[in-house]
Amino acid sequence: MAASLCPVPARQGQTVGPASLTSCLWRSLPDIVSFHRAGSPASCQYDIVNAAELTRSIMELTNCAALEMEKPRGTVMPHTGPELIKQANGLHGFMNWQQNLLTDSGGFQMVSLVELSEVTEEGVRFRSPYDGEEILLTPEKSIEIQNALGSDIMMQLDDVVSSTVTGPRVEEAMYRSIRWLDRCMAANSKPDKQNLFAIIQGGLDPALRTKCLEEMTQRDVPGFAIGGLSGGEAKDHFWRMVTLSTDRLPRGKPRYLMGVGYPTDLVVCVALGCDMFDCVFPTRTARFGSALVPWGSLPVRNKQFAKDFRPIDESCDCPTCRRYSRAFLHALFRSETAAMHLLTVHNIAYQLNLMRSIRESIVEQRFPQFVRDFMRTMYSSQEQYPPWAVEALASVNITLE
Amino acid sequence: MPESVLYCSLHDPGTPCPPGYNNNKTVSIWGYGGRMEMTASKFMSMQRALQPDWLQCLSDGDTISGETSRKRAKKSVDRSLSFLDECLRLQEKSPELQGSVMVGVIEGGDVLEERLRSARETAKRTVGGFLLDGFQGQAMAKETKLKLMASVTAELPEDKPRFIHGIGKPDEILEYIERGVDVFESFFPYQVTERGCALSFSYDYNPDPEAAVIKQNGIQDAGKNGTEKDINETSKADPEITSFEIFLKEKRYRDDFGPLVHGCTCYCCQNHSRAYVHHLLVTNELLAGVLLMMHNFQHYFSFFHSIRDALRDDRLDQLKELIFRQAL
Repeated sequence: MAASLCPVPARQGQTVGPASLTSCLWRSLPDIVSFHRAGSPASCQYDIVNAAELTRSIMELTNCAALEMEKPRGTVMPHTGPELIKQANGLHGFMNWQQNLLTDSGGFQMVSLVELSEVTEEGVRFRSPYDGEEILLTPEKSIEIQNALGSDIMMQLDDVVSSTVTGPRVEEAMYRSIRWLDRCMAANSKPDKQNLFAIIQGGLDPALRTKCLEEMTQRDVPGFAIGGLSGGEAKDHFWRMVTLSTDRLPRGKPRYLMGVGYPTDLVVCVALGCDMFDCVFPTRTARFGSALVPWGSLPVRNKQFAKDFRPIDESCDCPTCRRYSRAFLHALFRSETAAMHLLTVHNIAYQLNLMRSIRESIVEQRFPQFVRDFMRTMYSSQEQYPPWAVEALASVNITLE
Repeated sequence: MPESVLYCSLHDPGTPCPPGYNNNKTVSIWGYGGRMEMTASKFMSMQRALQPDWLQCLSDGDTISGETSRKRAKKSVDRSLSFLDECLRLQEKSPELQGSVMVGVIEGGDVLEERLRSARETAKRTVGGFLLDGFQGQAMAKETKLKLMASVTAELPEDKPRFIHGIGKPDEILEYIERGVDVFESFFPYQVTERGCALSFSYDYNPDPEAAVIKQNGIQDAGKNGTEKDINETSKADPEITSFEIFLKEKRYRDDFGPLVHGCTCYCCQNHSRAYVHHLLVTNELLAGVLLMMHNFQHYFSFFHSIRDALRDDRLDQLKELIFRQAL
């Protein structure tokens, strides 16, 4: 198994070389983006968690690698935020978070969360959800803001269309995203400190995606995101677009699959060659009262857990499982937001644990067996395996007995 | 929490109950499933399951609403005494509750004779402490409350603790301590947290010159509440906000990178700024409440630590002067 390196600098600005990598690889070192690839399976070093869900000490406890900031949820709005964050020594200082941070460009959030947005060649025009003021977010503005925030990984502004849209709009968005990537790269004032990732677009059209990959991989960016997926498209289309993208992305740079996902999606997409993920699922589902476990999920609000004095997962050593029973959490959920916090802690621990196990299995060259065990534990019988997952895994020579 | 003392009160002091549901046999309590009618035997069987260290006896405290007649006050005393007798009898027969201490409840609304009768009669029973009930809310004038309190505690034995519910503001705490109350509960820092505020008052009564500067700053800071020019911001604030706290949602904290309180050793103050908590509040992040609760609890409990020190050193007057100066 050959280790390949990624040129993403660590927090203090030093690039991680092979020597330091061997000594510290796989000890869940959050400061270093590094990854392995043997044949198809790549290991995923990063799992990205929404900021402000947990206290810093809890995040450290769960060995969290990177945090993602989404702008519209923060006060980091284009017209107010950056100056403030600059004064606080960047986002790291503002949040007192010394490890990696990833910021999104704001484009996706504008389109998905804000009504009245309009995309032109210049940028995205929208009304601020806070004061109704009209704002134009250009690629340059987005990077200026992200430079001010000082995140370790910045995302380019892309022209996002829903993955269920078809027709010329998809093509237009793809070409525009390429043009905007060039503008973003030119606007980055700290390319040595802040890593700007390109975002592959092209909807569900193989030809458009291939074209986008061709163009973007010619640019010298430190990493690539696969965008425009995970928006309600059929899983059959989804995994084919992922594998088409990972096949054409350079092996030495991280691949970040945006908006994914459920535990099975993570395992399958690692097999397809993705390294990084972000998803609100573990934290959102926690707030709805659902705990993630290796065999699926545990809706602790359900009556059946009212007298169940076992922890959520007996094999989990997160602070919640060490201290509280399903029955206690069930009772707490009737009244207190504390229950949401406790489940969030558990779900984040579950997610990070899953990724750690994947990494270890890759290092120990037993990833295919890991996938088989994972699937057997997750689904009660082979008939329950999602057909798309079986097919996707088979495409990279992982057969599920 | 095996290391903590568990005290079981009848109601949640943070949420007042609607009046008019108690009778001779039952007291109504409100849970998440709605109203429950508690008889003495139902109540005690619950206690057998909970096994608290201290338990508030079943009692009729429905005298808070203001229109309490002499007759109603008398009834509350009679009922509570008969509940107490019944509960004590049941406790004696419960092996699970031999380690639990029964806290007798003193009722009587604002009628002095009834209060005194309640105190004397309760003190005759084998209780381990006394809860002075019915002082919650605004219906009774503060002066009346304090007068009643002094008279009632004078009737109680010195060696058993006196509890009170629903009193939490720092200045009120000191007034009730002077009148002989020992144990309070912490609904106040909870409410402060819920309204997006951080306790910021000073309780350091030591005239150490360096500390005095910090103290002065703290006081000035707290005093700024409500004088904010930004009417929009203050109108969104809870009218309950006291001068002992700062409302972190206010715009002026947006770029305030200092801790909630200088010198505070709580997790929030050690790690985060007012600006960050302001941001969390504005964006409705649940983390805001977590951090504020950590701070407010630590601040409030440190205040009580300071009270104990002051009592020990016979300097309660200095502390009281400091607190009252901040009460405005």
